[in-house]
Amino acid sequence: MQQKTNRRNLRLLQGNIACALGALAARVEFFAGYPITPSTEIAEYLARELPKQAGKFIQMEDEIGSIAAVIGASLAGVKAMTATSGPGFSLMQENIGYAYMAEVPCVVVNVQRGGPSTGLPTKVSQSDTMQVRWGTHGDYHAIALAPSSVRESFDLTIRAFNLSEKYRTPVILLLDEVIGHMREIVELPQPAEIRVAKRWKPTVPPEWYQHFEINPHFVSPMASFGEGYRYNVTGLTHDPLGFPTSRSDEIKNKLEKLRNKIEHNINDIVQVREEFMEDATCAVFAYGSAARAAQQAVRMARQKRIKAGLIQPLTIWPFPDVYMEHASEQLDLILVCELNQGQLIGEVVRTSCGKARIGGLHRYDGELLTPDEIFRKMREVK
Amino acid sequence: MEQAMTNVTHHYLRIKKKFPNVWCPGCGIGIAFGAIIRAVDDLKLPQDEVCMVSGIGCSSRMPVYVDFNTLHTTHGRPLAFATGVKFAKPELNVMVITGDGDGLAIGGNHFIHACRRNIDVTTILINNNTYGMTGGQLSPSTPYEKRATTAPYGNVERGFDPCDLAKSAGAVFVARGTVYHVVQLQKLIKQAILKKGFSLVEVISQCPTIYGRLNREGDAVEMMKWQKEHAVSVEAARKTPPDKLKDKFLTGVLWDIEFPEYIEEYEKVIKRSQGEKPKEP
Repeated sequence: MQQKTNRRNLRLLQGNIACALGALAARVEFFAGYPITPSTEIAEYLARELPKQAGKFIQMEDEIGSIAAVIGASLAGVKAMTATSGPGFSLMQENIGYAYMAEVPCVVVNVQRGGPSTGLPTKVSQSDTMQVRWGTHGDYHAIALAPSSVRESFDLTIRAFNLSEKYRTPVILLLDEVIGHMREIVELPQPAEIRVAKRWKPTVPPEWYQHFEINPHFVSPMASFGEGYRYNVTGLTHDPLGFPTSRSDEIKNKLEKLRNKIEHNINDIVQVREEFMEDATCAVFAYGSAARAAQQAVRMARQKRIKAGLIQPLTIWPFPDVYMEHASEQLDLILVCELNQGQLIGEVVRTSCGKARIGGLHRYDGELLTPDEIFRKMREVK
Repeated sequence: MEQAMTNVTHHYLRIKKKFPNVWCPGCGIGIAFGAIIRAVDDLKLPQDEVCMVSGIGCSSRMPVYVDFNTLHTTHGRPLAFATGVKFAKPELNVMVITGDGDGLAIGGNHFIHACRRNIDVTTILINNNTYGMTGGQLSPSTPYEKRATTAPYGNVERGFDPCDLAKSAGAVFVARGTVYHVVQLQKLIKQAILKKGFSLVEVISQCPTIYGRLNREGDAVEMMKWQKEHAVSVEAARKTPPDKLKDKFLTGVLWDIEFPEYIEEYEKVIKRSQGEKPKEP
């Protein structure tokens, strides 16, 4: 499938395989999943590679069971992940919500395909952008990362694990069919260059331990099952010990903890890649596979002496509010390019506060946006 | 003797933290709970190494009250969560507490596949023929013609037999007890915990507050008397003519076979994968 060249450790890799390699580099120990196009290569690769490192792979009976097993494994103390696509991601929603509530670190990869319903299993789409933020019921705060190349798939998978362990929360890695199936030559970093985060463990004696301790970091140290800290985990709203509560002060504290651990660390979580933004007056905003065409379009515009720039959020949730507010100051126009009928454009409108004009280019016919299309649209609305 | 039994149970309960409990007076779940705790105590399993996983429902509230590693999951999914816990940390004794609604309706798919996979998890399914927590709706084990709030004119579906289902789906140990025959129940739970592989203990219990009232089956005492009169042990059934067993149900060990356990099998997978020459992807 992939070949190795002798020079500089260059490898021809598929996005899905780069994601699996990223997971292995982040020292994933457990994968539970269910076959679904276009994500299956991740499961197949890890079924082969995980046992070689004494890791565990299990194919569950459905996606609901897959995410449940992942959460169970994470509570038992191992780094765990699953990978799926639209229909499977929909099935996982209830238990993803459980992981938010019970603050269980895990990584969920969604290789997007067209929807709704069974939709377009082998076609590209970015139509789950809002679902990764609002998919499960209740008030919660999500972290989602969106790579736009094979190398970024590798890097952001590692980052997804690191953020997940650091903030005790599920992290969604949002690939799409093109990024998942595309092959590129990449040079992967050496293991020594890769930073891998570890779970924060308690140092107090078991009788003092609170699994959901409220502290100034908003993230509580996490003991695993079987380590001598016998605690309760529930999806019911709970007190710091993990026991169900209906006291309004405890309910409020819990929900604010879930919010604050993301909001107070937003500068650590949010990453935006930009190109030619120093003097840009017009920016193309795009993420995932659409960012590839956008980048090309921006370069074409620069050749025609149009002061264009690229804004590519690598973290799409939480949305880069501060960056966008700041960037809007210098911009006349922001062109939002997405492979859906308009999802993240609403966030761009919200955060630009009326300072820049917003244009949208949306494609939802199962095909990629082309650089030409974006360039033409840029000239048209400029 | 009674005091000694109470002391054993109290040692394991989170008495200061979570009591009183949610169960109604006359409910059978507390009796099953006591039997589980005494079984764990008899086997001298360290509390740190016991993980109790449950779903949603009356019986699934059990883990909150007991001082083990406890995991109260989503409706119908405890077996899938437990599979993850056990597979990731095989040294834990993983026990699943579920009910007829949680385990057989919404969790039916996980139930048959956990049986088939044969991972070393002990499942205790407390069967009270109804959804007690939501107020007495029809469950997959509500008998034909019995009433529920969502079957006000009588149930027209047949109920599942969880033991038959588990047996045919591949479980290696299947037993049934009742909350009336609590000493036998405790023994069955012990056997199930000791058994390597997927084991099921169905516990016939009563819900006098809702199911009993809707079906005019009397109070808890009368419902337990029904269990006493209708339960026949497997050993006794062998000596009883079939026509006398018509309205009876069997208790005891119904099925006990040997089959390779999932995690032990996966250890072979790990060895096999490491024995091969490393291939370039």
